[in-house]
Amino acid sequence: MNKITNHQLYRLIVAHFAEIIREPSVIFWGVVFPILMAWGLGIAFTQKGGVQAKLAVVRKIDLTSPNPETKLISWLNANAQKKDSAYTITLKNEKIGDATLSFFETTSSNAFTLLKKGKVSVIIEDKLNGSNYRFDPANAEAKAAYHLAADLEAHGLLSYTENQSQIEPLTLSGTRYVDFLIPGLLAMGIMMACSWGISYTIIDRRSKKLLRRMVATPMKKSNLLLALITARFTMNLAEAILLFLFSWLYFGVKVQGSWCALIILFIAANIAFSGIAILISSRTANTEVGNGMINAIVTPMMVVSGVFFSYHNFPDWVIPAIQYLPLTMITDSFRSIFNEGAGFMEVWREALVLTTTGVLSFVIGLKIFKWY
Amino acid sequence: MSESEYIVEVRQVRKSFKEVQAVKGVNLKIKHGEFVALLGPNGAGKTTLVEMIEGIQHPDQGEIFIAGKQWKHHQHELHQMIGLSLQETRFMDKLTAFETMRLFASFYKLDSDRVNEVFALIGLEEKKKAYVDNLSGGQRQRLALGVALLNKPKILLLDEPTTGLDPNARREIWNILLDLKKNHNTSLVLTSHYMEEAEYLCDRIVIMDQGNILGEGTLQEILAMGGGHRSLDELFISLTGRHLYE
Ligand SMILES: Nc1ncnc2c1ncn2[C@@H]1O[C@H](COP(=O)(O)OP(=O)(O)OP(=O)(O)O)[C@@H](O)[C@H]1O
Ligand SMILES: [Mg+2]
Repeated sequence: MNKITNHQLYRLIVAHFAEIIREPSVIFWGVVFPILMAWGLGIAFTQKGGVQAKLAVVRKIDLTSPNPETKLISWLNANAQKKDSAYTITLKNEKIGDATLSFFETTSSNAFTLLKKGKVSVIIEDKLNGSNYRFDPANAEAKAAYHLAADLEAHGLLSYTENQSQIEPLTLSGTRYVDFLIPGLLAMGIMMACSWGISYTIIDRRSKKLLRRMVATPMKKSNLLLALITARFTMNLAEAILLFLFSWLYFGVKVQGSWCALIILFIAANIAFSGIAILISSRTANTEVGNGMINAIVTPMMVVSGVFFSYHNFPDWVIPAIQYLPLTMITDSFRSIFNEGAGFMEVWREALVLTTTGVLSFVIGLKIFKWY
Repeated sequence: MSESEYIVEVRQVRKSFKEVQAVKGVNLKIKHGEFVALLGPNGAGKTTLVEMIEGIQHPDQGEIFIAGKQWKHHQHELHQMIGLSLQETRFMDKLTAFETMRLFASFYKLDSDRVNEVFALIGLEEKKKAYVDNLSGGQRQRLALGVALLNKPKILLLDEPTTGLDPNARREIWNILLDLKKNHNTSLVLTSHYMEEAEYLCDRIVIMDQGNILGEGTLQEILAMGGGHRSLDELFISLTGRHLYE
């Protein structure tokens, strides 16, 4: 009779866990999707070497002269490989990677079409005595293409290749984009899993009158919530381990700081978002309303908390506010443990704030919780 | 423990939702081992009344005693004593019928032996391993009944337990319930729209409309009310101007 497998907490955890893993989409969104995202973004932004510059060349010629030779096209005819109306030049540099410049000779209106489609990033107006460059200065890719092309025009083929000895490539792990990304993805995974996995489940149960049915038995209410959180935590842990294993084996992402600090922070992060999830789902029985509330909490944090790109691009006055968002705290602390070698002393404040946030939200949520 | 004469005693109970008065001062006494049917059209207040007896909703006024005890003071004991099924409950889709029953059994500290017993009792043994998701409507209702019976309750409160069942399935459930009455002296409060159900199963019929009890008694007594009607539906029309079921 007193076997652990008959205990209500045990049975509740088993039931919730079964419910999670029997839903195939959960495995996809929780396990496969984050790995795909890490893989895709990691590849896209950690591309070694290889700059590709694509430029449109529009000849501005004096129609009265019989055979007008503009400066750039003449130079390209002499130095580049020509195929149809495209000229290609490859510049070699072992340290920073090769640069390939493609010049497409075209008409003025077609050049703008190519620019709008993203097929070229710079339009060169090629004249008898020199070139004008037209591009969006806020576009980093266009700026790089401009510098390469202008350098080529001014200094010839050698300028990109010379002075290689001055360059010292930094490819240390911890400084690449994947190293930035993986801690962010781990943090985001916890937030998403808790808010959808816990909040949505509770709201759905309430709308189906299952909560009401369960509390009409001697079940302890706290056991139900505890079981939901425990099952979720177990799943989150498995998901995090798989994502980490992938990024370690595939990209060589390493934890340079303390594993102990990482585990403590992981637990604190789960407490924070589990508590928030209980609070979000404490009243409503309407899954649509629940959907909206979860999105309202989750989406802004995804955008501003620097999961994918640094939040330091935001105006200075909002940055302190951003840094106090739970997701930002988790992301920043994970990053400092992964990449800056942080230990417990560097992250205990964050862990404490996160745990307190979680516990407070849980207590308030439980106070106002609607069981019926 | 002073056992009261009545297993359920409802005194002057009222309940409103905003402007709707769902239950307007109802009195009801149910003896040990008695089967009572609550009959009434949609919106009569049957579910509200039954859920107040179950401790799920709380009366605005009045008192409810179950075996002499009240919900505010004896919640734990009362939960052990009652079994119930709600008008509509969806259990967890991705659990099997067995796992669902096992989960609820654990709330009563019961093991899988009792779960197997109940499956045999409700005749759902061949569906033990099926996901709740894949059960038919009637099978789900049996499962809900099984969950209600797990703790061998002294009093069963079933809200439309046979709605949507075919006549055979309905009769099977009736026989299960009559068995409990005979062997365990279980009391029953059941809401229904079916007159045959009330007649076949229950010692007493309580007719509700618009939050009030219009009359109660055995079928004969009720039909004799207001001068001899042939059927409950006819009685209903004369009492309320409406049909028992739409
Ligand atoms: N939670 C609620 N909020 C607002 N009104 C409610 C609520 N629950 C019930 N009511 C109203 O109270 C009245 C009685 O409802 P109740 O569910 O008790 O009827 P019922 O007799 O069980 O009907 P049915 O046969 O359709 O199940 C109805 O008018 C209903 O609209
Ligand atoms: Mg009802």
